[in-house]
Amino acid sequence: MTSFKLTLATLVASVAIAGAAAARDQIQISGSSTVLPYAKIVAETFGETFPNFKTPVVESGGTGAGLKEFCKGVGADTIDIANASRKIKDSELDTCKKAGVTEVEEIKIGYDGIVFATDAGNPDLKLTPKDLYLGLAAEIVKDGKLVANPYKKWSEINPSLPDATIAAYIPGEKHGTREVFEEKVLHAGCADTGAEKAIKETIKDEKEQARKCIAVRKDGLAVDIDGDYSETLARIAANKSGIGVFGLSFYENNADKLKVATVNDVVPSTETVASGKYPVSRPLFFYVKKAHLGVIPGLKEYVEFFLDDQMIGPDSPLAAYGLVSAPDAEREAGRKAFADGKTL
Amino acid sequence: MSDVTSSAFQAQASARPGRRDIGIAKRYAAERRFRAYGVAAILTGVFFLAVLLWTVVSNGYTAFLQTTITLPITFSEKVIDPKNERADNPQKLMAANYPLLVRDALIQELGIDANDRAKVKLATDMISASARTQLRDIVVANPQVIGQTLPVAILAEGNIDSANKGQIDLKADEANRKVKNQQLAWMDQLREKGALTKQFNTGLFTFGASSRPEAAGIGVAALGSFYMMLIVLVLALPIGVAASIYLEEFAPKNRFTDLIEVNINNLAAVPSIVYGLLGLAIFINFAGLPRSASLVGGLVLTLMTLPTIIIATRAALKAVPPSIRAAALGLGASKMQTIFHHVLPLAMPGILTGTIIGLAHALGETAPLLLIGMVAFVVDYPGSPLEPSTALPVQIYMWANEAERAFVERTSGAIMVLLVFLIVMNLGAILLRRRFERRW
Repeated sequence: MTSFKLTLATLVASVAIAGAAAARDQIQISGSSTVLPYAKIVAETFGETFPNFKTPVVESGGTGAGLKEFCKGVGADTIDIANASRKIKDSELDTCKKAGVTEVEEIKIGYDGIVFATDAGNPDLKLTPKDLYLGLAAEIVKDGKLVANPYKKWSEINPSLPDATIAAYIPGEKHGTREVFEEKVLHAGCADTGAEKAIKETIKDEKEQARKCIAVRKDGLAVDIDGDYSETLARIAANKSGIGVFGLSFYENNADKLKVATVNDVVPSTETVASGKYPVSRPLFFYVKKAHLGVIPGLKEYVEFFLDDQMIGPDSPLAAYGLVSAPDAEREAGRKAFADGKTL
Repeated sequence: MSDVTSSAFQAQASARPGRRDIGIAKRYAAERRFRAYGVAAILTGVFFLAVLLWTVVSNGYTAFLQTTITLPITFSEKVIDPKNERADNPQKLMAANYPLLVRDALIQELGIDANDRAKVKLATDMISASARTQLRDIVVANPQVIGQTLPVAILAEGNIDSANKGQIDLKADEANRKVKNQQLAWMDQLREKGALTKQFNTGLFTFGASSRPEAAGIGVAALGSFYMMLIVLVLALPIGVAASIYLEEFAPKNRFTDLIEVNINNLAAVPSIVYGLLGLAIFINFAGLPRSASLVGGLVLTLMTLPTIIIATRAALKAVPPSIRAAALGLGASKMQTIFHHVLPLAMPGILTGTIIGLAHALGETAPLLLIGMVAFVVDYPGSPLEPSTALPVQIYMWANEAERAFVERTSGAIMVLLVFLIVMNLGAILLRRRFERRW
């Protein structure tokens, strides 16, 4: 029993000491699962290149959850960096400022394409935002009136599409990817089909108009995937005619199992995303607390290392993994903004 | 009276000659049916277990082998330390251009022209980017190797490893494949020379997390899980046993203790994520303990395991016959002496079994760790429970979400390791029970 008491006492003591010894020698990062693979590559290479700093710890949990952690306050017991697959919202920035995180630096790391893909055994697939909207929206326009989506098969929408029941696996609402999907595909399709006009005529409230335009059908033909892309891949393996939404890098790593669809006749690739020809893409970011620079060892070096061309340039490991590099001038501007300490 | 009964009996016997129908055939049939249901239930369970084990093992056994390429590496002084500064400044050895050594050895082995940049790039892509640290560790550990040529088994890149194990569909269009035809030809060439071989994957057990599948391992996760199990054992066992002894032996039976009992049973069924929320609020936000630390994970899992241990301990204490207590008290032992000299030792096997099952449960838990930041990419070994680390099931979860093909087998490989740990713990529980349990 005495040995028990002793260990218990040491543990209690160590808990007490831990509260005091809060200084940290390791960078802590949280946020988007889309940015996670890139952050992991940079963190690992950073740890190898700078043996005097510890390898940063990268948590995954989603853009929203990461920014929430980030905005908890300043100090060694809060995280240093939040990865985000979308821009920080004004409401989130307000929360940050209220909690004392007044100086937030925004860093754009590059672009990510969002692709539609089916099982590799299927014939070529050509999609447009219009077809996708007609297949996936909750309500569409018929004879000038809004009706519940009647389509059950892709071929009913467009004879050139496969004669298969509509089954789409789209990112769930907690994903940053969902927002891009809504904006670049559903909203574009909503405008193209004339549904936006019909909605504006029938509904007055602007928020309600926007919400209606991106509402996804709830009859089971469009499935929200709250897990990661590997779950979408498994769904497609089970339902060969299903269409899934993936990140470009995930698709490139599994190109032997998937067939990618063109959008507006553009094949998604790092080149077409970088040139802006492929319509469904988004910038990726991370946010740094300026107050932590120079306090947490290695934080400044990590950000500089991340922004270096050997990490995010066109011939870098991140580009090899599937990140679409920003144009030269934009990367240079990003480095300059960080050197100047520009905050939001 | 007897007249009446006997006549009634005779009347019955005469009415129904031969055997009475008391439903024997029906009852036997019911029993046979029930047995069949039982067997069917067990078979269903066994079938799903077999499917689970088969998928895990068939996907995962290849993870225990790793493709390596053995190359004669010339540790050229010109590349590593051109100005001969290593005596004054050992840091020079850390930053040297080690990948160049691998590149030179590889293009010589494959007979590639060094000026054919596309081919050189294709060839160096076959080698893991971890070769830099691998060679650096060799040189830093023993600077005498500079100037020598030694054969070094270098990790092959994850996709080459997958191709070597036949996990990449080679019939797919070359453009859609991560491994190109030229690389496959080189692999054959190296295999014939005996340079490209599959070796036992020690890295799977020793490496930390990595973005490169070939350099990823469960070392950090296993150590984090070990720290947490230790903390759970050291905290949950004494607290749980003390609570149950008090509740079972000393506490008066009244509304208040009834309420406590109901709450304990309730807590045992609370979803584990709730404990994660509690841990985030109390240990991180209020007590200021570091994020991602296995100490916080251990404390959260302790809270989660406590109800299980208390329930098991109380059951074990209840199972000790009252005659033992009565005998000890009758011989003049105090209540304390009765409990600690007689009741507790006899209840120990049951308590330990409950504890081990509680620990096994805690070992497989991911949900509460998500909120306290332990679902994370951690490369460095944690020196203490206060440093960031991760846990075995978390590593499995994170690998399952990776895009690279080579992580599929590693996910299953890590599941196998976790299953082995769980089997060992549960076997321990059964053995303890067999060895020490007393029946009355």
